[in-house]
Amino acid sequence: MEEKRKEITLIVLSGDMDKLVAAFSIASGAAASDMDVTMFFTFWGFRAIKKAKASTGKSFLAKMFGIIEGGGIGKASPSKYSMAGMGRFMFKKMMKAKGMMTLEDQRKLAIDLGVNMYACQQTMDIMEIPREALIDEVKDVVGVAFMLEHAKNSFTTLFI
Amino acid sequence: MTEEIKVDLELDLKGLLCPLPMVKVSQNIKNIAVGGVIKAIATDPGALADIPSWARTTGNEILKTEKDGKDLIFYVKRLK
Repeated sequence: MEEKRKEITLIVLSGDMDKLVAAFSIASGAAASDMDVTMFFTFWGFRAIKKAKASTGKSFLAKMFGIIEGGGIGKASPSKYSMAGMGRFMFKKMMKAKGMMTLEDQRKLAIDLGVNMYACQQTMDIMEIPREALIDEVKDVVGVAFMLEHAKNSFTTLFI
Repeated sequence: MTEEIKVDLELDLKGLLCPLPMVKVSQNIKNIAVGGVIKAIATDPGALADIPSWARTTGNEILKTEKDGKDLIFYVKRLK
């Protein structure tokens, strides 16, 4: 008889490069350890599930915001030493030199391993992000009750 | 004389960094039969802790771990 699979939930609020590396490492590691993985992306975490060329909202503020927060996962900067893009450049260079996967590849690995990705409805409403701006692999747009249901069933839930 | 372990699949994981060594072992173990053995050669020192942890979590067995220079060699038996 198949034993019940363990589940882990990751709430990804951060869009910082370093935190996304951690989130995707944990997600892929858990999926490779036969666990069901739910990633719930909210606020700045949307950086990780937006298409590189995402359309922006309709209102003036949402448009401005879309320009500031523009770009996909490849535009994520580290939480320290961001230095107007220099930190990102340096980290990418160092990661490449060590043979480490880019964030795009880490996301792809997680998807290939069957990690389930969901987007927060509230964030999409506030920032006027349309569904088409998100990568196709996002399974659904959901709310906090959906996240809590998965958290309830998980042996642990991480807030990143 | 040490007993030879019969290897069903050999994986070259040299140069791969965390979490890839354990991910590759987990992906490839599905390609061998239960009772079969994977010989995995990694170079990331993190794999020394990671692959045995993965085996305990998933209910598989590490038969033997060897070091050969920078190479870390794992014999992983599929138990389920």
